Amino acid sequence: MSTVEASTTPQAPERKGEPLLKLAGLVKHFPITRGIIFQKQVGAVHAVDGVDLEIYPGETLGLVGETGCGKSTLARVAMRLYDATAGSVVFDGRDITNVHGDDLRQIRRDMQMIFQDPYASLNPRKTIGTIIGAPLRLHKTVPKDKIKPEVQQLMELVGLNPEHYNRYPHEFSGGQRQRIGVARAIALKPKLIVCDEPVSALDVSIQAQILNLLTDLQSELNLTYLFIAHDLSVVKHVSNRVSVMYLGKIVETADGDGLYKDPKHPYTGALLSAVPIADPRLAKARKRIILEGDVPSPIDPPSGCRFHPRCYKAQELCSVEEPQLREMGPTHTASCHFPLETRIIEVPSDTDRGSSG
Amino acid sequence: MPEPLLEVKDLRVSFPTEDGVVKAVDGLSFSIQAGETLGVVGESGSGKSVSFLTVMGLINRKSAIVEGQVLFQGQDLLTLPSEELQEVRGRKIAMIFQDPMTSLHPFYRVGDQIAEAILAHEKISKKEAADRSVEMLRRVNIPRPDERARQYPHEFSGGMRQRAMIAMALSLNPDLLIADEPTTALDVTVQAQILDLVDRLQTEFNTAVALITHDLGVVAEHCDHIQVMYAGRIVEEGTGDDIYYNPMMPYTWGLMRSIPRLGAETARLTPIMGSPPSLIHLPSGCAFSPRCPYAFDLCHEEAPALLPVDGHHAAACHLSMEDRNRIVAEEVLTQS
Repeated sequence: MSTVEASTTPQAPERKGEPLLKLAGLVKHFPITRGIIFQKQVGAVHAVDGVDLEIYPGETLGLVGETGCGKSTLARVAMRLYDATAGSVVFDGRDITNVHGDDLRQIRRDMQMIFQDPYASLNPRKTIGTIIGAPLRLHKTVPKDKIKPEVQQLMELVGLNPEHYNRYPHEFSGGQRQRIGVARAIALKPKLIVCDEPVSALDVSIQAQILNLLTDLQSELNLTYLFIAHDLSVVKHVSNRVSVMYLGKIVETADGDGLYKDPKHPYTGALLSAVPIADPRLAKARKRIILEGDVPSPIDPPSGCRFHPRCYKAQELCSVEEPQLREMGPTHTASCHFPLETRIIEVPSDTDRGSSG
Repeated sequence: MPEPLLEVKDLRVSFPTEDGVVKAVDGLSFSIQAGETLGVVGESGSGKSVSFLTVMGLINRKSAIVEGQVLFQGQDLLTLPSEELQEVRGRKIAMIFQDPMTSLHPFYRVGDQIAEAILAHEKISKKEAADRSVEMLRRVNIPRPDERARQYPHEFSGGMRQRAMIAMALSLNPDLLIADEPTTALDVTVQAQILDLVDRLQTEFNTAVALITHDLGVVAEHCDHIQVMYAGRIVEEGTGDDIYYNPMMPYTWGLMRSIPRLGAETARLTPIMGSPPSLIHLPSGCAFSPRCPYAFDLCHEEAPALLPVDGHHAAACHLSMEDRNRIVAEEVLTQS
């Protein structure tokens, strides 16, 4: 890759030693049972099927993938909302795979979540003061009489009017509700925040406000994000590194630029070719890869490489042997027998950009 | 220019409610030529769906006040008796919706639902209609269409349901297809398949398409003509090149600056301040003025008219052309 091209990815913080969150060989299968009294397992949904992932303090790791690829399940296993079928979750140097009860509650203080739907994730019968204050009351980090000023300070931090303390969620717009969700997530000053599609339900003009808020809070509070979304351009914008997931496995990980300028896995290529670009010339100039069919069922994933039935580069080997993740560059891994060698989207040079105006 | 296929003249749609009158569409005029693709972009509440539901005659006239004209092949659809409107709707204008699950009936086989649409408009035998529905499923690239026609909607994936909806919409070879957020509920790779299919069928059937979406990326690649809507009005219209490389209205600038782009070096997004206006209490003057960083006195007093910039490119803004050209060059395009 030429060094002339300016980096468009947020500057990655220096990786200080140990990762904050480390997933090793993580597997989550949901059993499918049959029978009413004598339930026997007849199969399993392979939602997450062997994922290794490391997130370092202060960085944002993006996770992209289509519906049903297991990205939300992965996040929930990492948060210990689901129990892992196999593998381990190490958070802040401690193996939390089998932690329960009070210990788990202590750990949850340091990991919080922001959800996709700001309408469904706020209790309509509680005032937003109560909603944002709930984690403070549960974990008793703040004395009772200090909760209100603390909540109002949080509201101000996320750009809400502190006078609206006693209002109900329905009185707020979608973007404001998402701010409430953000305030609740940062109330306990966590180390890790999992953002599960935080802007997908919002209008574009509001999306940018929330993305900027998340970026600001990250530098102010030194947060680490696991940022899940299906929109590659949003993920690339906020993330230092991006992992692409397909049918329960991570197929490629690279820094945002690497993924976009030099994709290796054909599935990443297909995503880059399909993502809508608000630039007609750039969009028309890119390679067109239209995938056939739909994502196969995770109940019975294809043999070999899981992408091979839809892959435009697949050969016989792909249906027999599963490719392992391997190094494709200094910060780039991908699992493919026949990696891509060309770009999908031509990066416009500076001269092109100047003349387009 | 030949007679347009659809011409909407000063359309106004409002809904009286307990809280006041909701002005969903506020003086909308546009036209679609035969075979052309019109992209309609706007955020939720901009009136993009309501205006096309009105074109289809799907707005309940008892609960809405509709004014203006909707001329389709010279006929005003708003004054047409319902039996005649029924003839136009489905046969000449078809519509597909965002959520293909709720638009298909869960109790009936997919093939039968397509055949029903054909039988409603054509005097042919049930057998012929069934054959046509299988043929349509084949044309929208559904594998094993004869088996699939006998299946129920829940056996279809999201992308296939939307294909079935397209098959149904095109089975009577309409002149105009209205696609209201057809791919919003779908994944990007499936979205690309569907948009590609619409493109191909459009050439095959020579159908005009109105593509309604909130996604500036979707319209960039697939539309001949684009109109940007805000608070029930068109604030800018033009070709893709006009809108993306020479936008002339602050709201369009705001949209451009607030989307993260794959090819661009955006260190930080510039969001549009505030939130969309209440349609009950529209701001005086230009509806965008409270959120517009360039607004001056006149903007708060008088709504700007949609005036031509050059050719088909038009924008509604009080700023002088010099100012707008300067802002576009200095602030908007520098980011892309």
